[in-house]
Amino acid sequence: MANVLVLAEHDDGQLKLATLSALGFAHQVCAAAGGAYSVLILGQSLGDATEKLRGYGAASVLVADHVALKEPLADKYAHVIAEVARTQNATLVVGAASTFTKDLLPRAAALLDAGMISDVIEVRPEGTDFVFKRVMYAGNIIATVKLEGAVKFLTVRAAAFAPPAQTAELSPATPVAVDAGKLPAQIDYVGREAKVAGRPDSTEARVVVSGGRAIKNAEDFERLIGGLADVLGGAVGSSRALVDSGITPNSLQVGQTGKVVAPDLYIAVGISGANQHMAGMKDTKVIVAINKDAEAPIFEVADYGLVGDVYQVVPELTEKLRK
Amino acid sequence: MKILVPLKRVTDPDTKIRLLPDGSAVDLDGVKFAVNPFDAIALEEALRIKEKVGDVEIIVTSIGGDECVEQLRVGLAMGADRALLIKTVEPLDSLAIAKILAAVYQREQPGFVLMGKQAIDDDSNQTGQMLAALLGLGQATFVSKLELLDNNTRARCGRETDAGIETVTVAFPAIITTDLRLNEPRYVSLPGIMKAKKKPLEEIALADLGVSASSRTRVLALEPPPKRKAGVRVKTVDELVDKLRNEAKVI
Ligand SMILES: Cc1cc2nc3c(=O)[nH]c(=O)nc-3n(C[C@H](O)[C@H](O)[C@H](O)COP(=O)(O)OP(=O)(O)OC[C@H]3O[C@@H](n4cnc5c(N)ncnc54)[C@H](O)[C@@H]3O)c2cc1C
Ligand SMILES: Nc1ncnc2c1ncn2[C@@H]1O[C@H](COP(=O)(O)O)[C@@H](O)[C@H]1O
Repeated sequence: MANVLVLAEHDDGQLKLATLSALGFAHQVCAAAGGAYSVLILGQSLGDATEKLRGYGAASVLVADHVALKEPLADKYAHVIAEVARTQNATLVVGAASTFTKDLLPRAAALLDAGMISDVIEVRPEGTDFVFKRVMYAGNIIATVKLEGAVKFLTVRAAAFAPPAQTAELSPATPVAVDAGKLPAQIDYVGREAKVAGRPDSTEARVVVSGGRAIKNAEDFERLIGGLADVLGGAVGSSRALVDSGITPNSLQVGQTGKVVAPDLYIAVGISGANQHMAGMKDTKVIVAINKDAEAPIFEVADYGLVGDVYQVVPELTEKLRK
Repeated sequence: MKILVPLKRVTDPDTKIRLLPDGSAVDLDGVKFAVNPFDAIALEEALRIKEKVGDVEIIVTSIGGDECVEQLRVGLAMGADRALLIKTVEPLDSLAIAKILAAVYQREQPGFVLMGKQAIDDDSNQTGQMLAALLGLGQATFVSKLELLDNNTRARCGRETDAGIETVTVAFPAIITTDLRLNEPRYVSLPGIMKAKKKPLEEIALADLGVSASSRTRVLALEPPPKRKAGVRVKTVDELVDKLRNEAKVI
């Protein structure tokens, strides 16, 4: 019997879709091994996200709504997550792999002396326990692993688990008592850079258009990569090269150490296809590569490759798709 | 002030990792090893702090077999003051490593720990956060901008999150983990290598450190990722549009 606690993620009260994959994982585990799952959300003014979470078959939606939790500070959040995991007798604590969960779950795990597995892509029951598959070495190796301990922490790759079916019956929302005086206070929030509005997040979009070093400056990125993404209703992404040179913000980086995306369509524009980049997009359904170097490694994973200069090909492609 | 910088020995990021033909382990034949790139960034930052602040001792530490001496020597050649090897041949997971680092921390009592956000071999991204929890300290992860405040008792950290840069301050002692944009590590110089030979490198057997740290995770099998089927080259934009519309049906 599994007792799964799912950590929900939201952006200023807007539920992140990846949370549904973590719920999908929990649903799959409970369907295979028996048991139930709850979901925990932390923050302030969580009404909308809480309502959404109630429709996915959780035994309860645990809501830690408190002004002290307005910002996701690791010391406070991990404390609450560990407390809830303990009082709920959770056997598995899971979140979708993101910078949010990666900051918090290992810390909460260690508070409970629990081990953790990151980037799980598969789970299957084995006796009363589970075995997991996870990716490592920039996506070049998949390991089958077991984790000992009464409570196990995990992050899952969003693309690997489908959201559970929505239920007509709503899960009860249960408040979690937060004693602000008992929360650690070693970290203070200062601020967050303004979000680039308008386009979807690359981890949630059906189409991602990504630019690499071929793109010479921010204006060209917006015109070529942004323009192509917009006709497809897609998100934009980039290689590390463009982030390092200040052309794109870090939130666009796709790869081993950036975001992992798995859209229906990924268009790599002037990206060579380094290991570390491919680690973040290899699970895409259809990959298109546009590159002037016919030998570029990106062509080895591309379903459709076009050898050409992106400064000519991309405007033409955008124009033709507009029709 | 002391700064503790863990250095993990990992396979070089530029080598393509493959399994042995029987799939039992990673094929390390002819593979180069390096200091985990994020740890090199952490050490570089510590060196820059030392250059600015003056009275700083930088201690690099590695947990693993004798071969890790190679990476500790690189750390010393870059400019660290002394090195500590915690010797063990056990494969250890992040929680076990964090427990060992916590013991090293207790022994050295540094002002703070600067370390990589992720080891590029296991890609776990856990150890720093676990270490912070075990020591009851604050943490700032994925840091790409670091500034010491209030007479080096706090740090202002720019963190690379999925939503963009978030800024926090954290009180020392604290655990800070590095992201790619923090700096570009210096190369090891010949005088650096010569100087490193005279710097202290202490070895301690894990058993003598007084921590019980065994792995909770156990690897049962390894396999290569599924191969993508070979794609096709298209000659024109029209052909590409046609394929995407009528063959792949993704637009
Ligand atoms: C620890 C570590 C972590 C890393 N993490 C990541 C990560 O998460 N994500 C990531 O992306 N990288 C990451 N990298 C960096 C990675 O190794 C590569 O350096 C990077 O992905 C290269 O980016 P690029 O393909 O844009 O640039 P390049 O490799 O320089 O490729 C540019 C490509 O553009 C083509 N080109 C140039 N001009 C034109 C033109 N006019 N028309 C058409 N084609 C053109 C060239 O033929 C070339 O193939 C990491 C590296 C390390 C060491
Ligand atoms: N064997 C080790 N020796 C020294 N430091 C390590 C070791 N393993 C992990 N670390 C540190 O922990 C960080 C994160 O590793 P991980 O959690 O495994 O991704 C690394 O960047 C190192 O700073």
